[in-house]
Amino acid sequence: MSLRDNLPFGPRYRMLKKRLHPITKEWGLTFYVLRHSKLAVVGAIIVFSFIFIAIFGSLLAPYDPVATTIQERFQGPSASHPFGTDKMGRDVLSRMLAGAQHSIKAGAIVLAIAVPLGVILGGVAGLFGGWIDEVLMRITDIFLAFPSLVLAMSFSAALGPSLFNAMIALSIVWWPMYARLVRGQALAVRETSYVEAARSRGAGRWHIMFKHILPNCLSPILVTLTLDMGWVITAAAALSFLGFGAQPPMPEWGRMVSDGRVYMLRAWWVSVFPGIGIVLTVLGFNLLGDGIRDSLDPKLRRLTEVKWRRGKDSSSSTS
Amino acid sequence: MTQALFECRDLTKHFPIRSMFRETGRVHAVEEVNLSIPEGQTVGLVGESGCGKTTLARTILYLIEPTSGQVLFCGDDVGAYGRKRLRAFRRETAIVFQDPYSSLDPRMLIADVVGEPLAIHKVVYGEDRDSAVLELLERVGLKSEHLYRYPHEFSGGQRQRLAIARALAAEPRFVLLDEATSALDVSVQAKILNMLTQLKAEFQLTYLLISHDLNVVRHLSNEIAVMYLGQVVEYGTRDQVFSVPTHPYTRGLLAAAPSLDPDDRDRPREIALEGEVPSAVDPPSGCRFHPRCPNRKPECSEVRPELVDIGDGHLVACIPE
Amino acid sequence: METREGLLVVDKLKTQFFTYGGVVEALDEVSFEIRQGEIFGLVGESGCGKSVTASSILGLVAKPGRVISGRVLLDGEDLLTKTQRQMNRIRGSRIAMVFQDPTSSLNPLFRVGYQVAEPYIYHQHRRKREALVDATEILSKTGLPDAKEKARNYPHELSGGMRQRAMIAMSLTCEPDMLIADEPTTNLDVTIERQILDLVGDLQREFGTSVLWITHDMGVVAQLCDHVGVMYAGNIVEKADVRTLFREPMHPYTIRLLRAIPSAVTSEEHLEEIPGVVPRLVNPPTGCRFHPRCDQAMPVCSEVKPTELEIRPGHTVACHLFGGGGETA
Repeated sequence: MSLRDNLPFGPRYRMLKKRLHPITKEWGLTFYVLRHSKLAVVGAIIVFSFIFIAIFGSLLAPYDPVATTIQERFQGPSASHPFGTDKMGRDVLSRMLAGAQHSIKAGAIVLAIAVPLGVILGGVAGLFGGWIDEVLMRITDIFLAFPSLVLAMSFSAALGPSLFNAMIALSIVWWPMYARLVRGQALAVRETSYVEAARSRGAGRWHIMFKHILPNCLSPILVTLTLDMGWVITAAAALSFLGFGAQPPMPEWGRMVSDGRVYMLRAWWVSVFPGIGIVLTVLGFNLLGDGIRDSLDPKLRRLTEVKWRRGKDSSSSTS
Repeated sequence: MTQALFECRDLTKHFPIRSMFRETGRVHAVEEVNLSIPEGQTVGLVGESGCGKTTLARTILYLIEPTSGQVLFCGDDVGAYGRKRLRAFRRETAIVFQDPYSSLDPRMLIADVVGEPLAIHKVVYGEDRDSAVLELLERVGLKSEHLYRYPHEFSGGQRQRLAIARALAAEPRFVLLDEATSALDVSVQAKILNMLTQLKAEFQLTYLLISHDLNVVRHLSNEIAVMYLGQVVEYGTRDQVFSVPTHPYTRGLLAAAPSLDPDDRDRPREIALEGEVPSAVDPPSGCRFHPRCPNRKPECSEVRPELVDIGDGHLVACIPE
Repeated sequence: METREGLLVVDKLKTQFFTYGGVVEALDEVSFEIRQGEIFGLVGESGCGKSVTASSILGLVAKPGRVISGRVLLDGEDLLTKTQRQMNRIRGSRIAMVFQDPTSSLNPLFRVGYQVAEPYIYHQHRRKREALVDATEILSKTGLPDAKEKARNYPHELSGGMRQRAMIAMSLTCEPDMLIADEPTTNLDVTIERQILDLVGDLQREFGTSVLWITHDMGVVAQLCDHVGVMYAGNIVEKADVRTLFREPMHPYTIRLLRAIPSAVTSEEHLEEIPGVVPRLVNPPTGCRFHPRCDQAMPVCSEVKPTELEIRPGHTVACHLFGGGGETA
């Protein structure tokens, strides 16, 4: 196990290379299945556009998203303002481009807190079983019993309305789903023959947890995560819409929809475009999430694998 | 005299049935079983569903804690093992399961699946482990290109070979074959049985074979224990049990197994056993087989017969004629 | 060679499955016949096509499969030309089926008695009350103890053996001409299996039903069937009456298969193995599908598919060793 073994051409390096090969093959198949699902591709395009906008939006915005120019207020969609202007004369498109990052930040932070929390609690509950499982699941039930938005609102109200506090509040209501998911998987995996085989050979709890339970949980977690992203963004937007999340002048999309409500009949574009933005984003994540779920489904993979191999064989020159 | 690798003394396992935290009944899965497994031999455990053979095997390996009784491994009480010793015990024992499709973790590469015991017991690491696994694969008739593949790429017969390779990793002394060939086709089964015979000699293993297929049991076993509703009703060498079946249940079982000789249907046959195996929750009193026994007598429902040696170590739990 | 007295005549049945991975040639011109009142065993290992044969006969081939060609004559009428509606009338009344897993063949929501009575109601348009009475009677005929009580139970309240008796009862309600049984005793304990086999033998004699018994268990075939067809990779390689097949098997596969089964007569140390594996039916071997594994293969075996030859009355083999010259030279 010396350094020399880790150098290129050392035995360990060779072994690692050989191990990488089937793993990359499996990923290759995953991408192949994804590529060939039209809806998944549409979803991916939407999601990546959204992420792109979130990163570069502020740079791309033609106008200053927060500067008020009263003279230009309530202008309808035109060449100079494709999405029109709002009550403060701000260009709606620019605001949307600049605001995308807030939604994605919100989604990412909520999930970054909720998912690990849920996974750990669910994993421990599923692994240990018994009273630990009971206690943790009752706690989960309590959190699930709360209407999530109402709970989030009350947290926000207590801490003071801001997007940041809304994110904390959402994290608190979001983790139970992951706890349940992982616990269910853990229970299912625990009952399998291969775990029994490992146990019968002396594997301890942690070996089972890290070598068997968690790897078999990754797929469902990934799928749920992707699907969830859209919903967290909607929830953050909803909180902002209600006034408990983003505060003006932050160009968060939910906030924008809310601000434009009063002027719906007069200047529909102020609310409608951000609204469509939210819809498209959620749709994108849903489609991508469904696509990922299908691409990880063993039966579908096996069926498609043959087509994939055929495609590769015919494109290579050797017979 | 070969030493007993395993010895069970009055081994009993009852599963409580709980309803609202109170125990409303018990499943009498294994009842005061006395069995010894000599080193280097194959003991076949036969019986139908509900006889407790699966539970007995798991209890012998202490994967299930017995309700009462002892399991001795090389003379030591397994129940008294500390954690370290128990782990070493687990290294010396292995199981091959019935279903080749669920006994291998689908997310792991073969090298890791078969090498898992080596990882658990920290025998070798890294590429040395993979080399060790390669050797095992070759012993079971597989090749190096199979090392870094996923289980789903293999057929049922190949998977069972992988399961056997895994069982052999980390040099066990004892292998429990839990219906290991029951899910395989006849032609595949033949290969696996041959391989098991060969490996037993090569690695000096001791087998406990559970099977409902009497032909497989006869082929592989040196000694046979017949179980009914949690108890051993007959025990003896293969020839004793198959040539001179004494307990009425054993006779019924052997007569029921369809023979490969079509002319057997014209010959007078043992009467078929009537009825079905009763529930283990409320087993019949006295001899548990008495409701279905063609030879039953009044005392059969009162006293539970002990295993009696009828000659040369052939044990039968039945009131003699 | 084809005597028209057969109740069920399967003539060159060809079924294929059109999957992503290619065309699976599941049945390659399978032919056999079952006479009135006899039990015919179709035996083979997994993937040989025995279950597909049953579903092809019944018109129940699942997508993406299709019967390509051939005839299935029931009393002279070709079932393959019938519409689904016509087949619905035939299934259950003229041809009955018993499957391997009684748990999934019985509806968990309905009582057992009602399910056994269903064929009376559907096919014979009887009233529910009478149908239930007759159903109970037929249930007790199958040896189900306390049939009246059990008829009021739900499937999950009965054991595996009892459920299988219920299935058999259900299949016999309309006194069918033919019973197709697909591995009905495979999941049962051997003592229960014996009871069921005895039962089927008795009932078959009483009702005169012809039976197509599909199994992988040669022992069951030896004890139950009158005639046997051995299947391999979509072909019937040998057909004979049961005693002849076990005493003097001719086809190399049959011989090797019988020798691979551990029994009182096999060597203790070593069972004979058949080298190789069952081939994939997407691109099956050319000529005789068994040739890659056959130790007596000749050059012609990989080129020409052997036709079935009757080497003795009632004993056919599809093998070039017995001169089974095919159509293509």
